[in-house]
Amino acid sequence: MNLLTTSLDKLLGVLEAVGGFVAILAFLFWLAGKVRGRFERPLANILLLGPAVILLLVGLVIPAIRTIFLSFRGQYVIGPDVKYVGFANYKWAFTDPHTLHTLERTAEWLVIVPLVSTVAGLVFALLVDRMKFQVIAKSLIFMPTAISFVGASLIWKYVYQYRAPGLPQIGLLSEVAMKLGWSHPPNWLLSSPLNTFLMMVILVWIETGFAMVILGAALRSIPDDVIEAARVDGAKGWRLFRSVQLPMISSTVTVVIITIMTATLKIFDIVYTITGGDFHTDTLSNEMYSQIFQDFNNGRGSALAVVLFMAVVPLVTVSILRLRKERYA
Amino acid sequence: MSLDEALLTEAGETPEPERTAPPPQREPAKTHQRLATVVVVVMSVLWALPVFGFFVTSLRSKAAAEGSGWWTVFVHPSLTFSNYINVLFHGGANIQGGGLFPYAMNSLAIAIPATIIPIIVASMAAYSLSWVRFKSADTVYFIIFGLQVVPLQMSLVPLLQLYSHGAHIGGFPIFPNLNLHGSIAEVWISHTMFSMPLAVFLLYNFIAQLPNELIEAARVDGANFLYIYRRVVMPLSLPAIASFAIFQFLWVWNDLLIGLTFSAKSASAQPLTVQLQQLSGTFGSHLELLTAGGFVTIIIPMIVFFSLQRYFVRGLLAGSVKG
Repeated sequence: MNLLTTSLDKLLGVLEAVGGFVAILAFLFWLAGKVRGRFERPLANILLLGPAVILLLVGLVIPAIRTIFLSFRGQYVIGPDVKYVGFANYKWAFTDPHTLHTLERTAEWLVIVPLVSTVAGLVFALLVDRMKFQVIAKSLIFMPTAISFVGASLIWKYVYQYRAPGLPQIGLLSEVAMKLGWSHPPNWLLSSPLNTFLMMVILVWIETGFAMVILGAALRSIPDDVIEAARVDGAKGWRLFRSVQLPMISSTVTVVIITIMTATLKIFDIVYTITGGDFHTDTLSNEMYSQIFQDFNNGRGSALAVVLFMAVVPLVTVSILRLRKERYA
Repeated sequence: MSLDEALLTEAGETPEPERTAPPPQREPAKTHQRLATVVVVVMSVLWALPVFGFFVTSLRSKAAAEGSGWWTVFVHPSLTFSNYINVLFHGGANIQGGGLFPYAMNSLAIAIPATIIPIIVASMAAYSLSWVRFKSADTVYFIIFGLQVVPLQMSLVPLLQLYSHGAHIGGFPIFPNLNLHGSIAEVWISHTMFSMPLAVFLLYNFIAQLPNELIEAARVDGANFLYIYRRVVMPLSLPAIASFAIFQFLWVWNDLLIGLTFSAKSASAQPLTVQLQQLSGTFGSHLELLTAGGFVTIIIPMIVFFSLQRYFVRGLLAGSVKG
């Protein structure tokens, strides 16, 4: 029963890690609990805040600063040939034809995915309201948000499977295309730029549920009397939506779009799983990974990480501030 | 209605507010209604169909899965459960040694500490910043809050170097070489560190709003700060902790990038997602194993999703800026 013992070992390891951590804390708490008077408060603060501050410094602050330094260095960042190269890595990022295409493609992702998912989510939220089986329908749309990007990618890679016409088809897309009379459909994932759009479909499939839930909640929080008043004035359907509902949820729409944009910008798993960035499908996050772990060019990889960071900052800032405002409103 | 309340309603936790009956429908409204139903049904089917086909294939034999599309199963029904046994315990295709089961254990061994330890550390920090207080507590909170903008991609290379070489200033080691070398610990410690800004932010929002009287009363009774944390703050924060825990557990369970980066040196520490990603190269030859393996990773999130939807929605919203 090798399997059983190794599994038990791993779970024991978990118990050790968590238990050990808790035991050390409990001991320190007990020790510090003896201290009273002037030093009680500072000691409590050090004990309570210390672990979080250490984790943040070691895991985020120092590495991020180091990455900025590394982005000005050559290929190897450790060893004798550590070399300062100035802005060469950034120059490469914004002039090299391959990287330029990557950035361009990332921008396409950034525009298309958030827009399509938000519109799809909004349409669904509007239509499904007060429908009979709305709980089931909403669950189906929302379900993909729980699935990992890797799982989702495999599910869709199966849909996109290509087989030469004449053989029995196993990919749903080819089958449907051929049934509709397209006798020689392309090899979907190998044909650029089609493959990029097919991968965007996967992210839209995932993010639409998120948009639907948030926008649906916003739509339902519009007071009934506002809707009633508009109805009495004769606004219905499209006009009701355009001139009453949409303006009232516009700030939530912004949050949803920006949130999906942030997720899209960092997307790595889908491209990595479906094509590995080949066949002209690279995106920023993916290219960064290949630079570091496949070409072993830490300098360029770090420069791309900084570019990603610069792109994320405005998006996350806006969305956090909005979320905060909403919370305390 | 606040966003939180709205989401509660979404999850069906509180009853829908009473609505005035819609005005009587006239003829054009009826065709609109029918069109809406069609759109909703078509979208739902489109969304569910890929998952359904994937699931059906995981129940077919190798020959059947490769010889015909999954939709033919309705004409020639023949299902088997053996793919799951094979993929979990025997392996095959690209899966090294003994199937996916050990990697599912890795995923658990990563996700459990990477969920529990951030909760403890972050709730302690949140309590310190909101109740114990010190002079620059607000500044510290704002800095931690602001760190949410740093994408974890910024940390990967330096952290990898730290794990494998330790840290030195002028040849003097200030941080030891932990000799983790691509172990499970390396993965969950990284997850723990990356989760901090969001965890502190979320728990602070909740803990700072606990009723003042309770904490003051405990103080007056002579309880020390650390006792209050354990006996008053922790128990009262459970709803916020639950939302964060579910979000964090799923995030770690579903993660690829961190698992891939920090377990690169030893395959035996890899989480399920990394193994599965490597399986995707075998699409031509082992479709039945691939689909079964894929479903194994999906099952846990699905269970969480359908049983804890309320917390899931709140956690999802709160965590939507993470990454």
